[in-house]
Amino acid sequence: MTVKLVALAFALAAAAAHAQDNPVARSLAATCASCHGPDGRSVAAEVVPLAGLPKEHIVAQMKAFRDGTRQATVMPQLAKGYSDAQIELIADYFSRRPR
Amino acid sequence: MKRRRFLLLAGAATLAGCATPARAPKARVVVIGAGYGGATVAKYVALWDPAIDVTVVERGSEFISCPISNLVLGGNRTMQDITRGYDGLRKHGVRMVKADALAVDSGKRTVTLAGGTTLAYDRLVLSPGVDFLYGEVAGYQGAEPRVLHAWKAGPQTVELRRQLEAMPDGGVYLLTVPVAPYRCPPGPYERACQVAHYFKRAKPRSKVLVLDANPDVTSKGPLFKRAWQELYPGIIDYHANAKVVAVDPATMSVRTDFDTMKGDVLNVVPPQRAGDIALQAGVITTANRWCDVDWRTMESKVVKGVHVLGDATLSASGMPKSGHMANAHAKVCAAALVELLNGREPNPSPLMNNTCYSFVSDREVIHVASVHQYDATQNTILPVKGAGGVSAARSELEGAYAWSWARNIWADMFA
Repeated sequence: MTVKLVALAFALAAAAAHAQDNPVARSLAATCASCHGPDGRSVAAEVVPLAGLPKEHIVAQMKAFRDGTRQATVMPQLAKGYSDAQIELIADYFSRRPR
Repeated sequence: MKRRRFLLLAGAATLAGCATPARAPKARVVVIGAGYGGATVAKYVALWDPAIDVTVVERGSEFISCPISNLVLGGNRTMQDITRGYDGLRKHGVRMVKADALAVDSGKRTVTLAGGTTLAYDRLVLSPGVDFLYGEVAGYQGAEPRVLHAWKAGPQTVELRRQLEAMPDGGVYLLTVPVAPYRCPPGPYERACQVAHYFKRAKPRSKVLVLDANPDVTSKGPLFKRAWQELYPGIIDYHANAKVVAVDPATMSVRTDFDTMKGDVLNVVPPQRAGDIALQAGVITTANRWCDVDWRTMESKVVKGVHVLGDATLSASGMPKSGHMANAHAKVCAAALVELLNGREPNPSPLMNNTCYSFVSDREVIHVASVHQYDATQNTILPVKGAGGVSAARSELEGAYAWSWARNIWADMFA
């Protein structure tokens, strides 16, 4: 029982530490939160929650916004401001966040 | 979910640590102002390093949003819709102190509050918004509440709505716009739309007279002008290069350099500068109005250990004074504070974005968006070339996005 609790505590601490591993990724992802909700958990049905989306999906959508293959209102204009490397970090971050 | 619980527990442990002197906090961050900038920086510091002690000094007892407040004037939203409590911040372990901050001693690193309490800090964040340069409009002092600005959401928003409701049909609502830069560049033009929308329904013989000190509409110009023409023909009368220099509540008139104009409701928005505490703290650097900062950390260029967010900053190139921008400033600042207070280097190349929605009717909305990247060669933050832009046309789709923006950014600050 005690062993299990200690293991759980470590697992939780590790999960918390993982998200804090890369402050640059965390900060980049935070730029999405103003419209997509805290840590990518949107409170509005009109805006897609980013938390828990597959990394490849986020990368593909951002690139589609950038190159014009996906039309939208704001996102094509914002996506053009992010580099490939920045999009990778953001997508990786949100893919690891709980929905 | 699990991580949230873990952080909440960690936050609770930190609070317990404050109550019993057994465990001193890692560092103390004091934030003055709990608007878009202050609330966000407090939450994110607490979230990203629960061992840092965060105290917010705020004179109000709840948050009232400036963005969306024009819809209250138009009768399309209520004060309740734009009001949020501070309990969300408390749940993150942030200590809320309801008081006016009177003085900053940046040498001793203390803040003195009304009532005499002194707070010590390792890092101070000022997010004071704007205060008004009433002296630049002769006669303004003592003219309130007959003459209103309603440029801080709150009692003046309620009072201006009341005046609009009381105005007889056939009356004139007169709105003046100060020389840029001022808080919320598209705000006055959205306000003209909201009041016109109300008049069109309820008082169709009434007029909206806009006297703009600037040479043209300062934000989303073609989109606003098209909305005025198509949605409110004959209602909105717009004058550029019309700087109001005096106001007379006795005759309900304003004076420009060329003319005297009368109104039944006078909504005079005075020129602005960084909020009073910024002036007192000595962080105003430019034109006696704004605070220049290092965009990597938001630290003042002139007072070490003091960071400035939001409308109070000397805006970088292409950067509007908006709530969304203040939220972006706050996250860069929070990340930098966490690194600095842990003895590490802050991110040398932060990125920010901005999206401002404006309601041109009760449902239809236009936007302006931008992305800003720190440029090490120029030591400032610059708009990313090729990114950003405005709506192709007003739409109800963006109306839905605008309201969801509000709910999500409020959740980002408080949930």
